[in-house]
Amino acid sequence: MAISEALGYCDLPQLLTLQTGDEKHDWSALSTLDVLWVLYDRVLEPDDRFLLSKGHGPTAYYAVLAAKGLIPVETLPTFGAFDSPLGNHPDRMLVPGVEISSGSLGHGLPIAVGIALAGPRVFCLVGDGELDEGSNWEAVQYAGRVGLGRLIAVVVDNFTSTYHWPGGVERRFELEGWTAVRIDGADHDALEHAFAAATGDRPHVVVAEVQR
Amino acid sequence: MTTMRKRFYTVAGRAVESDSRTALVLADIGVAELPHHPRVFNLGIREQLTIGVAAGLALEGLRPIVHSYTPFLVERPYEQIKLDLGHQDLGAVLVSTGASYDSARSGRTHQAPEDVAALGALPGWTIHVPGHPDEVERMLRAALGGDDRVYIRLSEATNASAVDGDGLVVVRRGSDAAPLVVAVGPALDETVAATRELDATVAYLATVRPFDRAGLRTALRGTDVALVEPYLAGTSSAEVAAALVDRPHRLLALGVPNAEFRRYGLPAEHRAAHGLDAAGIRASLDAWLNSYTRVDRVPTLPPYPLRA
Repeated sequence: MAISEALGYCDLPQLLTLQTGDEKHDWSALSTLDVLWVLYDRVLEPDDRFLLSKGHGPTAYYAVLAAKGLIPVETLPTFGAFDSPLGNHPDRMLVPGVEISSGSLGHGLPIAVGIALAGPRVFCLVGDGELDEGSNWEAVQYAGRVGLGRLIAVVVDNFTSTYHWPGGVERRFELEGWTAVRIDGADHDALEHAFAAATGDRPHVVVAEVQR
Repeated sequence: MTTMRKRFYTVAGRAVESDSRTALVLADIGVAELPHHPRVFNLGIREQLTIGVAAGLALEGLRPIVHSYTPFLVERPYEQIKLDLGHQDLGAVLVSTGASYDSARSGRTHQAPEDVAALGALPGWTIHVPGHPDEVERMLRAALGGDDRVYIRLSEATNASAVDGDGLVVVRRGSDAAPLVVAVGPALDETVAATRELDATVAYLATVRPFDRAGLRTALRGTDVALVEPYLAGTSSAEVAAALVDRPHRLLALGVPNAEFRRYGLPAEHRAAHGLDAAGIRASLDAWLNSYTRVDRVPTLPPYPLRA
């Protein structure tokens, strides 16, 4: 993916304010902002794939894509409009750089498994609430059992899962054969190191803890 | 004679070995019949995952074939089919086994006569209902050469001979006033037997989506159309209505009733119970043809579109 250096992290708040109409998902969006920035700014290589499975609250995603020059900043104020490419859930057919359409939860990880089986390294962002969906666990189980080392998941854990994950969601991944690390989701260096900790012979999950 | 299922395994196995684009995604069903190969992915009994994985493979340029029993291929992962394939604008070839009631002894959990209607409700699907192993091979080879969304519905029920042609094929011509009886896939032989002593035009259709509306219009010389579909009755009724929107006609739609049918036994027993064996089809045709006023005897209708 072509990444320019047009705007920086400090510009993201202003890019977020250009997008209005989905305020109920502001927290959902903000919880992903640092993870998305670190991925696009420090981690993703040109041949990598990135799937935003948690399609709710995509304004942070659009802001990062705009900051990196993948979509025009001028499109941000059109967010949610009838003829806008930017909706409350991303559509890959409308937005260059968006690799999957998402919104319905529990679809990204299974698709990421298919991509990893085909060859590329793939990163997939899911939410801790999203992991309530059983379809995720079919993907987690299979990837762990076959040692799908090209798959890296990042769980943005903002503690919205209705019945929580006692002992930490990372334990479920580890039980299925993944390597796992929990870090402060606002610490950019910690995020970068956590992604780099992937061993390549087992799937890896980074649990990015985010507090309000 | 080989079965549709065996022919599928033979052709698919060869394809994955000879074509670097072909991949197979399985959920335990068919694993023993297919080769061990780096692009044969058995996911275990994880049917939602099959479709997501197929989408990921398609995103990377592969041509995935997904295979399982009809309810576990079409119904359980229906949202994945809608979103991971359709909404992502990705292609795959779904190949089911079990048809409507091939697994009669297994009961309702393993029966899915709703499959064609369910997939037909989603845009962009080509739906094949082959009636013979040779047709399966032709359809599968064609599907593997494309990038679109294709469903191939295998059945243990097989016609004695294959029929060539992609659209509606007239296999027997009656008089101009005779009803047109359209048999879908493995329903052909029973339909031919049912109409042997009737003045009827019999046509065959193995690709039901897109529906060959032009072929239907050409084949129909009278006003009466009977559909014999080996799955949910009425699945293609709206297609017939659309094809004949400007022509007075009437329609008899035979198929599996929309009901909880709590019976085990044999497929032939289910076929007879649903009125889809030759005797049942004939009885339905007789009742339909003799009990109602034929459309061509009522006053001429105004041309379409109707005006107030």
